[in-house]
Amino acid sequence: MNHDKEYDASGLACPLPIVKTKKALSDMATGQVLKVLATDPGSVCDMAAFAEQTGNALLEQGEGGGKYFFYLRKG
Amino acid sequence: MSKKMALIATKGTLDMAYPPFILGSTAAALGWDVQIFFTFYGLQLLRKDLSDVKISPLANPAMPMPVPMPVFVQMLPGMESMATMMMKQKMKSKGVASLEELRDLCLEADVKFVACQMTVDLFDFSRSDFIDTVEYGGAATFMKFAGESDVCLFI
Repeated sequence: MNHDKEYDASGLACPLPIVKTKKALSDMATGQVLKVLATDPGSVCDMAAFAEQTGNALLEQGEGGGKYFFYLRKG
Repeated sequence: MSKKMALIATKGTLDMAYPPFILGSTAAALGWDVQIFFTFYGLQLLRKDLSDVKISPLANPAMPMPVPMPVFVQMLPGMESMATMMMKQKMKSKGVASLEELRDLCLEADVKFVACQMTVDLFDFSRSDFIDTVEYGGAATFMKFAGESDVCLFI
């Protein structure tokens, strides 16, 4: 999927993937897409909860190459 | 209007220092207004230098230890510092943020820190011991914010 920015949160534990994703989104424009990579298994549920509560759409998520990936569209 | 979370932080050990800063930084990232009221030993978490925040195996029987350790060994001088050092190393290796980093993330996200004036006076702390971004107040200050909060926790 096309994205405007990528943030790699690999190796980081809760709450850093979420808090840093929020920071990565802060300088993006509405509608732009952020790709986030993470290794924290908790981030699967957390990212969905983050998206739901912040109005950023979770377009796609999955697992590949030992990492979880998420595509968020800034709301 | 954004949701609100009010926390009371009463503990000054390393393990109990994490929950208020984790919840505070996360709620702020979700767009919540957060206020943390630090009282009794929780005041230690507002010190400029957090290196005295330690964890003790003593009276913490559920703490996983690399080797079983009898209580009389846990009491020996230096055990607390050793346990703290080992815990910090483990946290670092697992990608867990340091307390300092989490506290900074809270401040960056405008989490409001309130120190309990009564316990500051009780323990003869000086405002100069604490980071600058702290307000001072009492139970009424907490209740004002807590009364409007969606989540309220005593830690």
